[in-house]
Amino acid sequence: MTIASLIASPSELTDAASNKTAIVLMTRIRLARNLASQPFPGWAKPAQRTHVAEICSAAVASASPLKRSLKVTVDQLGELEKQILVERHLISRELSGSKQGSSVIISKDQTVSVMVNEEDHLRIQVLRAGFQLKKTWNVINELDTALEASLDYAFSPTLGYLTACPTNLGTGMRASAMMHLPALVISSQMEKVVRAVNQLGMVVRGLFGEGSDASGSIFQISNQTTLGESEEGILKRLTSVLQSIIEHELNAREKLLEADSGKLFDKIGRAYGIMQNSHLLNSSEAMNLLSLIRLGIDLGAFPDANRSTIDRLFIEAQPGHLQHAQKGEFDPAQRDLLRAAYLRSEFANFVHPDFSLINASGKN
Amino acid sequence: MANPLKCDLCDKPATVHLTQIVSNKVHKVDLCEACAQAKGVTDPSGFSLSDLLLKASLNPEPAPGAIRCESCGFTQGDFKKHGRFGCPACYDAFKGMLEPMLDGMHKGTKHTGKVPQAALARQSLHERLSKLELDLSDAIKTERYEDAARTRDEISQVKQAPHQSPPR
Repeated sequence: MTIASLIASPSELTDAASNKTAIVLMTRIRLARNLASQPFPGWAKPAQRTHVAEICSAAVASASPLKRSLKVTVDQLGELEKQILVERHLISRELSGSKQGSSVIISKDQTVSVMVNEEDHLRIQVLRAGFQLKKTWNVINELDTALEASLDYAFSPTLGYLTACPTNLGTGMRASAMMHLPALVISSQMEKVVRAVNQLGMVVRGLFGEGSDASGSIFQISNQTTLGESEEGILKRLTSVLQSIIEHELNAREKLLEADSGKLFDKIGRAYGIMQNSHLLNSSEAMNLLSLIRLGIDLGAFPDANRSTIDRLFIEAQPGHLQHAQKGEFDPAQRDLLRAAYLRSEFANFVHPDFSLINASGKN
Repeated sequence: MANPLKCDLCDKPATVHLTQIVSNKVHKVDLCEACAQAKGVTDPSGFSLSDLLLKASLNPEPAPGAIRCESCGFTQGDFKKHGRFGCPACYDAFKGMLEPMLDGMHKGTKHTGKVPQAALARQSLHERLSKLELDLSDAIKTERYEDAARTRDEISQVKQAPHQSPPR
């Protein structure tokens, strides 16, 4: 498989959106693994990095979910291609800036990706659209067990899987959910939620991880600690935190409808109008408008079938995807023009909102 | 510490004092205005306490007599600089400074999750074989031929069944 055909085919996130994904857009689990008696990538010499890459790539490429996959080294990728893979959550920003001997293996359906020589020798990742922690864990656990049959992992009975950074020790697992929380944002409750979630040992980040902003009211919630608790224990705790966030979001939607439905409908209606008529849109504004329309779909003002269009546009409005679609590199001002034109054409035939279909419960 | 109001990340006076209770453990971080901004403490969407605690725990004075990892040459100073270790063996070399750090960073200090059974079985098989071979040459040296014959049988048995766990 080539990078061009991978980019041309839809990712799990862009096309699998269904009803169940109303609040949790995507579930993702990654495992950090290292080979015994080899220096970690950040400290290894170039020859050692190459040696580790050879061992890891061979083992990974023969694992069954990755047999017909894209295998590519970071230096074979162009800047735009790297950006697209980051926007699809298939590689990290750290990998896209890394040195010799780093590579990535991505499954054909773009649900499994394994980064080699990122911060750790192996960063195994599985993602699924929707709220699918259990299923995602089963897939990644099986892949990890298959890899361990041929790779000698660095492991200590007391400290678990040994990782370059001690914050990943133990299970080496980070499980996360990408959540769309517009009502909590509109009603200024996110700060409170973040504090409560932190207190439960979970972290809240923006759409693209550490340090990124939460445009589009999309947040990533993941476990903070990896040592002293089993994978199942972490997933169970995360699940209950996510369920309670979902409940809070639904309550906030209900309250917004009760308190001032006119104001909320106005926001959604205006977002629709801007999508159809604007000529300049930066990615943050585009994300926020798409978020409002997605809220309109969840509330019932637009048909459910349109949700997957919005989820696709969340990705296609990103700078890398936009430039790739327009076949060129453009500066931010040109991109804003192109983005607006693209969204105008997407919304030209987008069904009109019908606010009379919204019932007061906030759940359609 | 002589001056408790110094920023945990730099030496400026600390004006932001953060206390968090995670799983019944109290974590305290003191930061100056600039570091608090830079670390996103004021921006709830991009803030991870464990990363902060890691960086803060790097700052207290390193113990005299710098420790060095025999296996990869990594020093305590390198860890202070990178916040990452050099190789798996570093976890043994820097055991002393690691324990207090992990206590604040994680839910516990002992792994209770998945164990790489296949990799460990391979390792223990390897260890068992080298021990048996040692026993064998010892028995021959001391002319305990009955023991030697028994050990030789055991070795061929272990080698024939490489995927089974060693007999007790």
